[in-house]
Amino acid sequence: MEDTAKIETTGLNLYYGDFLTLQDVNIKIPEQNITAIIGPSGCGKSTLLRCFNRMNDLIEHTSVEGSIVIDDQNILEPNTDLISLRKKVGMVFQRPNVFDLSIYNNLKFGLRIHQMLNKKDEVMQAVRQGLEHVGLWGELKDKLGKNARMLTLEQQQRLCIARVLILKPDIILLDEPCSALDPISTLKIEDLLRVLKQEYTLVIVTHNMQQAARVSDYTGFMYLGKLIEFGQTQQVFTNPKEKLTENYISGHFG
Amino acid sequence: MVRENFCKCIEDLEKEVTQMGQMVIAAISRSVEALKVLDTDEAKRIISEDVLINKKRWDIEDKCIDLIATQQPVASDLREIVAVLFIVGELERIGDHAEGISKIVIMHGSEPLVKPLVDIPQMAEKAVDMLKKSVDAFLKRDAQAAREICSEDDKVDLLYEQVYRVLLNYMIENPRTITRATYLIWVAHNLERIADRITNICERIIFLVTGTMSEVNVSRY
Repeated sequence: MEDTAKIETTGLNLYYGDFLTLQDVNIKIPEQNITAIIGPSGCGKSTLLRCFNRMNDLIEHTSVEGSIVIDDQNILEPNTDLISLRKKVGMVFQRPNVFDLSIYNNLKFGLRIHQMLNKKDEVMQAVRQGLEHVGLWGELKDKLGKNARMLTLEQQQRLCIARVLILKPDIILLDEPCSALDPISTLKIEDLLRVLKQEYTLVIVTHNMQQAARVSDYTGFMYLGKLIEFGQTQQVFTNPKEKLTENYISGHFG
Repeated sequence: MVRENFCKCIEDLEKEVTQMGQMVIAAISRSVEALKVLDTDEAKRIISEDVLINKKRWDIEDKCIDLIATQQPVASDLREIVAVLFIVGELERIGDHAEGISKIVIMHGSEPLVKPLVDIPQMAEKAVDMLKKSVDAFLKRDAQAAREICSEDDKVDLLYEQVYRVLLNYMIENPRTITRATYLIWVAHNLERIADRITNICERIIFLVTGTMSEVNVSRY
C-alpha cells in the first residue's frame, strides 16, 4: 500500500533573484518514513528542504511559485503562521548549534518561546522525555546544569534533535545532520532516526550516498534544481529508472 | 569519466569471467571428444585440470568481495558484481559436469562404445554454443540474446530424451549393454544439466540488464 503523503509539492519553482533554483518540483514526502534527498552540491536539495518550513523566506530576493501542502494546508499562502509552521516542521542542521546555555535551558528555550509549558515540573518532564527520546537521559540526567557546549559533537547533535522533539513537531528536517560526526556517532544518529520515524516524518538531505541508502525508505535525486527521480530507496539504489540517477549514485558522474 | 580505477576493475572482472567461460567450454568439448575415442589419459588430464577452474572461481569471487567492500557499488555496478558471483558459481559447476563426463570415460574403460555417438556430441555442441553465446550476451549486456539462449534449452532436453529412449532399447534388446548404456545416459544427463545451468547464467544476465530476477525457462528435468 502506498504511504500517505505528509508533504506534497506541486509545480514548485523557487527563484533567488532571477535565478531559477528549484524547477517544477513535484514531490510527495510519505508520512512516518525517512525520505532522503540526494544530489550534487548546488542542485537545490537544501533549498527544497528549507521550503518545507519556509526558511528560505529569510533569504532576500527569494520568490516561490507553486504549492506546498502539509496536512491539507498550502504553507505558501501569505496568511500562514510561520512560528507555528516551524514548530510543526522542526529542523536540525549540519553542525550542532547548541546555545551557550545549560543543557536544561537549551531544551527549555523552545518551550518558552512557544509559551508551551510554564510549570517547572511540566518543563522538567518534557526535558526528561526529550532526552530519553534521543538516548541522552541516562548520561546527562545529573548534568543538566552543565553548559551544552561541553558535550561531544554527537551528544550536541542529539541534544539539537531533542530540542526539536520537545516542541512536538510532526516533521523533522535534517540538513546533513551527520557531516560533522565520526562514523560511529553517525551510525548512532542513524539508529535514532529509525526510532523517530515511528512517530515523525523525517526528511534528510545528505551528500553521503551510503547514508541515504542505509537510513531512508524513500530517496529523491535532484540535479540542477529538478527532481530527477523519486522512489523507494531500495529501488533507487539497485535499479534506478533514470540514467542520471544511476550515474550519480554509482559515482560515474562528470 | 570519474572512478576510472573502479571501471578498470570491472573490465578486468569481465575479462576473467570470459577466460573462465573459455576454460569451461574447453572442458566440455574435450570430455566429449575423450568419450568418442575412449581416451582415458585425456580424461585424467581434464579431471586434474578442473582445479584450475575451481581456483578461477575463487579468484573472481575474491575480487567481487573486495570490490563490494572497498567501492560500495550500487545500481548496475552492484548488479553486475552480484551477477558475476552467481555466474562463476554456475560455471564452476558446469566444469564439474565436464569432470563428471571424464570420470565416466575412465569407468567405461576400453570396452567398445555400445553404439556410435550421434546425439551426445550434438548435445555437447549445442551446450557449448549456448555457453559461448551467453558469455557474449554477458559482455554485451544483451537481455534479449539471453532470453533466446534460454529457449534453446528445450532442444537439449529433446536430444536427452532421444538418447535415453535409444539406449533403453539397447538395454532391453541386449542386457549385456546395460552398464555401458547407463554410462552414456549419465553423460547425456551431465550435458542436460550443463544446459540448465547455462539458462541460470542467462537469468543472471537478464537480472544484470533489467534489475529484475525471474525464471525464464522451466526445464522439464
